[in-house]
Amino acid sequence: MNMRVESFQHRHAAHCESGVASSMLSHHGAHISEAMAFGLSGAMAFAYLPFVKFAGFPLIAFRMPPKAILKGMVKPFKMRFHFETFRDQAKGMQRLDELLAQGHIVGIQTSAFWLPYFPADMRFHFNAHNLIVYGKEGNDYLISDPVAEDPQRCDAENLRKARFATGLMAPKGLLYYPEEIGQKQVTPEAVLRAIKKTVRVMLGPVPIVGVRGIRMLANKVGKLDTADKLSLNYVGHIVRMQEEIGTGGAGFRFLYAAFLQEAAEITGREELKVLAEKLNVIGDGWREFALKAVRMIKGREAFDPKLLAQMLHKQADDEKVFFQALKKAIA
Amino acid sequence: MDINEVPQEGNRTMGGHKRAMYARDKDGRIVIVASAGGEVDETVTLQALEFIREHTEAARSRVEAGISSPLEYWMYAQRLDLPQLSQVTGFWQWRIRRHFKPQRFAKLSTDILQRYADVMGITVEQIKTLP
Repeated sequence: MNMRVESFQHRHAAHCESGVASSMLSHHGAHISEAMAFGLSGAMAFAYLPFVKFAGFPLIAFRMPPKAILKGMVKPFKMRFHFETFRDQAKGMQRLDELLAQGHIVGIQTSAFWLPYFPADMRFHFNAHNLIVYGKEGNDYLISDPVAEDPQRCDAENLRKARFATGLMAPKGLLYYPEEIGQKQVTPEAVLRAIKKTVRVMLGPVPIVGVRGIRMLANKVGKLDTADKLSLNYVGHIVRMQEEIGTGGAGFRFLYAAFLQEAAEITGREELKVLAEKLNVIGDGWREFALKAVRMIKGREAFDPKLLAQMLHKQADDEKVFFQALKKAIA
Repeated sequence: MDINEVPQEGNRTMGGHKRAMYARDKDGRIVIVASAGGEVDETVTLQALEFIREHTEAARSRVEAGISSPLEYWMYAQRLDLPQLSQVTGFWQWRIRRHFKPQRFAKLSTDILQRYADVMGITVEQIKTLP
């Protein structure tokens, strides 16, 4: 069985979900960038979740939970988004083939562990990866994985395993495609609404979320025991969450800055451009933190938890000022 | 971050892939740039892999000493830990811990071994021994 949606264009993206959202909507005539998909869904955030363990360490998220971006597309684009999961694996694969045969591009959720084109060192059991299937050739599915520079392939058996991987956030064969997009342009109202949402999250009262979450993490880092070998792993884990897990650098801050530049154009509010630049500087601050942490991990500098905590507090201070200014700019 | 600051020294854990990053071009616009990775991201990935490797090797020694079953070795080798293995198999953690006992492990049915092998992407034959 050979089929392929010829008109589909693969694009490289920093993050899988915003990449899928932007490619999928653009394919259906609502041309948006990854940054716009990310910003419009209000996906930027910060959360320090000590009770959710990720590889043995607390989950430190620089964005909203999985599926927030896809679901965030529904309102601004007046979409009807079809989501479907499967109990029966064979049916789930058959349905994918059917949709491809009808000429759909299909979004799916997978585990990263089973995708053969992933570099071996990056194949972890992470179930909330997203990609687009845009065709099939023989036994191979044609895959547009946003985090890969070029289109990829995956054989049917591995794709089945990836789609039906079990565990935390199990995809259960999830596939999705837009049934209707009622609005193809981004409106200024939608942009402002999204920014408002992000401001609310970042300046909100929950102690583990937003600016307060950054402080909580800073305090935790400040108390790390230099004698404990695991402390450096903890620090490395923070940097990994921030720089490695599909963030576009600096825990999505640069990506959101790109969104703010676009937002300035759409809303005509020049102030947002100035703020984009400020966020860029904050992103650089996150990178400096990462650099310092890595120097300590490599032993080029003495491990100094207090110093790292200070840097994180500085990030929290800067983000607080930034989001207060952002709140004013959209008022 | 400016375009010329995007890490390009390379990161051996990326297997030649490039990742997308966002940086400022000369006109001040933030654009997407393909990055070959650099020391910061390489260091933390290698650190995470090393962390797993240490657990894997410690488990290997325990298996060789006869105090643990190959299941524990394979769990770490396939990048899982006990909570994760429990989540992906649906077995309780205490039950899996019992399967780490060599005597119990030797008596496990093929069905159970198959379930472990499936989530780890290896065969039942493999799971019975150390590689």
